[in-house]
Amino acid sequence: MKILAIETATEACSAALLIDGAISLRYQVQPRMHSQLILPMMEELLNEAGIGLSALDAIAFGRGPGAFTGVRIAVGVAQGAAFAADLPVVPVSTLAALAQRGYREFGFRQLLPAYDARMQEVYWGGYVVDGQGLVRSVFDEEVSTPESVTLPDGLNWQGVGAGWDSYRSVLEARLGNAFSGCEPGLFCSAEDVALLGAALFNEGESVAAEQALPVYLRDKVAAKPKQVNQ
Amino acid sequence: MPGVRLKKQMRVLGIETSCDETGIALYDSDQGLLGHKLHSQVDLHAVYGGVVPELASRDHVRKTLPLIASLLAETGLSKSDIDGVAYTAGPGLVGALLVGAAIGRTLAWAWQVPAVGVHHMEGHLLAPMLEADSPEFPFVALLVSGGHTQLVEVKGIGQYRLLGESLDDAAGEAFDKTAKMMGLPYPGGPELAALALKGDPKRFHFPRPMTDRPGLDFSFSGLKTFALNTTQREIAENDSAETVLQTKADIARAFEEAVVDTLVIKCRRAVRECGAGTLVLAGGVSANRHLREKMQSAMKKEGARVYYPRTEFCTDNGAMIAYAGWQRLRAGATEPMGFSAKARWPMDSLSGI
Repeated sequence: MKILAIETATEACSAALLIDGAISLRYQVQPRMHSQLILPMMEELLNEAGIGLSALDAIAFGRGPGAFTGVRIAVGVAQGAAFAADLPVVPVSTLAALAQRGYREFGFRQLLPAYDARMQEVYWGGYVVDGQGLVRSVFDEEVSTPESVTLPDGLNWQGVGAGWDSYRSVLEARLGNAFSGCEPGLFCSAEDVALLGAALFNEGESVAAEQALPVYLRDKVAAKPKQVNQ
Repeated sequence: MPGVRLKKQMRVLGIETSCDETGIALYDSDQGLLGHKLHSQVDLHAVYGGVVPELASRDHVRKTLPLIASLLAETGLSKSDIDGVAYTAGPGLVGALLVGAAIGRTLAWAWQVPAVGVHHMEGHLLAPMLEADSPEFPFVALLVSGGHTQLVEVKGIGQYRLLGESLDDAAGEAFDKTAKMMGLPYPGGPELAALALKGDPKRFHFPRPMTDRPGLDFSFSGLKTFALNTTQREIAENDSAETVLQTKADIARAFEEAVVDTLVIKCRRAVRECGAGTLVLAGGVSANRHLREKMQSAMKKEGARVYYPRTEFCTDNGAMIAYAGWQRLRAGATEPMGFSAKARWPMDSLSGI
């Protein structure tokens, strides 16, 4: 199976090419440069493997939550590549991908990924690692204040992601005994988008290019005036 | 080189997402415009009384690809028939622009065809070239919309000299704001113009801002205040609904006359100053009937011809981007793989071709 994955929702911009279990990665932490970096990364990976887009089975992309513009860069690029080459797309949660990275790099098995969502809120999810070494969601991802995030069942939960940098003390207090450490310096990577994307693709979770859409979680982005046109 | 065909036939996909319209078009170098699609977000923003940038971006990312697919189906073309991709790269709302840029640049990359980021106002400026009877260079252009009021001397594509611009509100913005103040539905400008048709041009007289001094700059925010003051003075609480409506129509008429006269006076000056025989009107306000009529008759006296796009290409659209993109691509323009969007992008910084 051949999957090209992209991820631009946070400070890191990355692309990964998964070919029959082997992964090549391009990864740079460079805020506000994602639109400059992403296509060259994809081109390099394909050239290195000596294949074209049409040789792929699918495009996987980090569909959010995350920075709105960053998420839309991944969505736009995934849409364009998939539409051009008639490929299916696999939307992957950026919170799931972050959790997967926490497992891959630190061996955490019960993960609470958090991104700073600004406006004193975090994007928040809960994941456990299954028998195949892939994270599975245990409750719906959400955007909420750090004081009111959904609590997981049981003990020994590890935090990952920059939300734990901004709100560590509040989140720790909220979790109480369930908290057993965190890695706030971890960003989402296309490597994990590729891993999860491949699994989702095998489960039939791919869609047409037009359906490659963002998940923002925060949907109230403008206040309606009390009275319009008198 | 004789016998060598320098430029083959070229079909360009145009993508416009700079504000609140998603516009898609296909332009063919030999056959002209093959087709275009437009999705307006006006209903989406109406309840907010103005364009909400984040909502605009969210809508573009849902609409762009389906519009491209439906245009291809309608024109009977396949993806491999596209030889180049043009997308609006600025000026405009950065988040909205980035949607079109991401999709457009990636399509071109995947199809291995050249891409070009088009200047939105250059698109408007060249829109009259989509018509069978199209202007020739050099000319003076009045770009007049909700976001811009500019007079530009045009010697060729990319050879632009800004002659004057609005120091405050754009003409279309003044229309919209005045309409809102008078209680007309969003976006207001076209409704104000429609109301003005029923108005008595003699009842009120509004000033013609900045026409009593030399120069080609504009100022329209004072007219909005003038309209507000007139409304407060002339409409009494016990007026009948009919009387109120007539007074509003008369104010709308006086307001429109003032904007139109101001634009005409400045265009006359610009044409004289540049010794131009051609004036191009472009942008949303160039669809205004009074403006077109008065400009025609004023330019006739100057011995100049007036050109403007068909009404649907006065406002934002993909056709003008496909056309401007084709002009740039045939001159060898290309974008690097890294794409970007510019909120601001001075027109006279463009390179000539």
